[in-house]
Amino acid sequence: MIEVNNVTKIFNRGKANEVTAVKQLSLIIPAQEYVVVVGSNGSGKSTLLNLIAGSTFATSGDIKLDGELVNRSPDYERSRWIARVFQNPLSGTAPDLSILDNFRLAALRTKPKGLSIGTTEAFKKLVQDKIAILGMGLENKVQQTMGTLSGGQRQALTLLMSVMDECRILLLDEPTAALDPRSADLVMRTAEELVKTFKLTAILITHNLKDAFNFGNRIILMGEGQIIKDFSSEEKSNLKQSDLFEWFS
Amino acid sequence: MDFYLTALLQGLCFSGLALGIYISMKIFNIPDITTDGSYTLGGMVTAVMLTHQQPIYLTALAVLIAGGLAGAVTGLIHTKLKINALLSGILVMTALYSVNLVVAGRSNIPLIGTASLYSAISLTENANLNSLVVLLMVVVVLVLLIGYMLKTDFGIAMRATGNSETMIRALGVNTDRMKIIGLALANALTALSGFLITQLQSYADISMGIGIVIIGLGSVIIAETLINWRLITSVWVSLMLVVIGAIIFQMVLAFTLASGVDANLLKAVTAIFVLLIVSLPRLSLLKRND
Repeated sequence: MIEVNNVTKIFNRGKANEVTAVKQLSLIIPAQEYVVVVGSNGSGKSTLLNLIAGSTFATSGDIKLDGELVNRSPDYERSRWIARVFQNPLSGTAPDLSILDNFRLAALRTKPKGLSIGTTEAFKKLVQDKIAILGMGLENKVQQTMGTLSGGQRQALTLLMSVMDECRILLLDEPTAALDPRSADLVMRTAEELVKTFKLTAILITHNLKDAFNFGNRIILMGEGQIIKDFSSEEKSNLKQSDLFEWFS
Repeated sequence: MDFYLTALLQGLCFSGLALGIYISMKIFNIPDITTDGSYTLGGMVTAVMLTHQQPIYLTALAVLIAGGLAGAVTGLIHTKLKINALLSGILVMTALYSVNLVVAGRSNIPLIGTASLYSAISLTENANLNSLVVLLMVVVVLVLLIGYMLKTDFGIAMRATGNSETMIRALGVNTDRMKIIGLALANALTALSGFLITQLQSYADISMGIGIVIIGLGSVIIAETLINWRLITSVWVSLMLVVIGAIIFQMVLAFTLASGVDANLLKAVTAIFVLLIVSLPRLSLLKRND
């Protein structure tokens, strides 16, 4: 469960270029809810996600994850709950490390990284089985470096990496923005499947209104750092795709 | 011929420094030039401890800790105060000059009749050959230890820190702490080179470290050129190549001196040599594009 309570985020406070990115925003996302957040550029979507992930701290207000107050804990501590997929496929993986090494780190997201060798044959087999689900033929290339893969492949692998370790919250920040339609489709389907199988609480930020319509069981429209519209599961199912387009016109 | 043997010995001594630069520059992507100071620190601590009749193993331990501390300070300044890595290194390096003078009590300490790592084991009559065997053992142990570490979970996290910081933070690694550890390790290795060289040349001098960072950089760049050329991905081979880079570097300098170049021009020759290695791959790349 994610609780955002009266959170405000001001960048460059006191300077000429002061910006209030998120304004007194409150939001409760119960466990296993898959929330889609839409909104124009500069509406505060990404800032909200970064506030939840701990990449940036709130100017005021509280953030709780599973009831625990995490206002001052940085992103690497909140990784105990949270796995992330970034807009830029390059951000979610380490390009010079092999697929296997990347997965090894992901498997240790909530655990310490010790001085023993974890990339064993057994682990390799486990990773190969996981990757085979994607049907990309990458299962026999786990020693290849991440950097040799396409953006779509990397984004799909980042998704799989998120469930290599115990995961309760999945944050997807425009995961398909840099991808071609086919890769984007694969990534969205994989995400949907993982959210269901692993009973994840998920937030998806997207500019693709078709995705916003097709995925998730709650939809939020943001504008000027606040929530403008909030449709629950039932209300969302009554929405038509054209309604979404109207929000932006 | 003895001339080249000395160069080989020096190259092996400098492999610690080269591996240190490899860790800071290639693995962490941080340009660290604390090197000049931590190398001299290693030399001075060695000279002081040995002239006070301390055992070799204790001296080595003190050198590693001293170098590690120097690196950790650079790391702290860089990560906690958010100061540019180059500037952090320059600050610590500058301060270390005074620290080194205080440690030594004077600017030059000769080692006469003190214990030496190179006489700890005596296999042959020839002192140089004996040193060669000792140094080879030291370097093999270093490469094995670092290679193993880079393959562990901790090592993978280290490599990811320099490669994709956003990713590794999202995977639960405190990157600030990781960088501090990395710089401490790099400078401990650099100080170890000071330890080895001081015993090889039987003295430590306050100016022994001036411009020494270029040796590490040159060695790593030679290694990198070979790594890119042969498309090497193995960690072990990469580390071996860094050591070979350090040896090649000393060999080239020895050859330059042997061919009659004025010793005063040595630093200029060094700089030009590094420039050549850096630019060669780019030049050949241009040709391929034509």
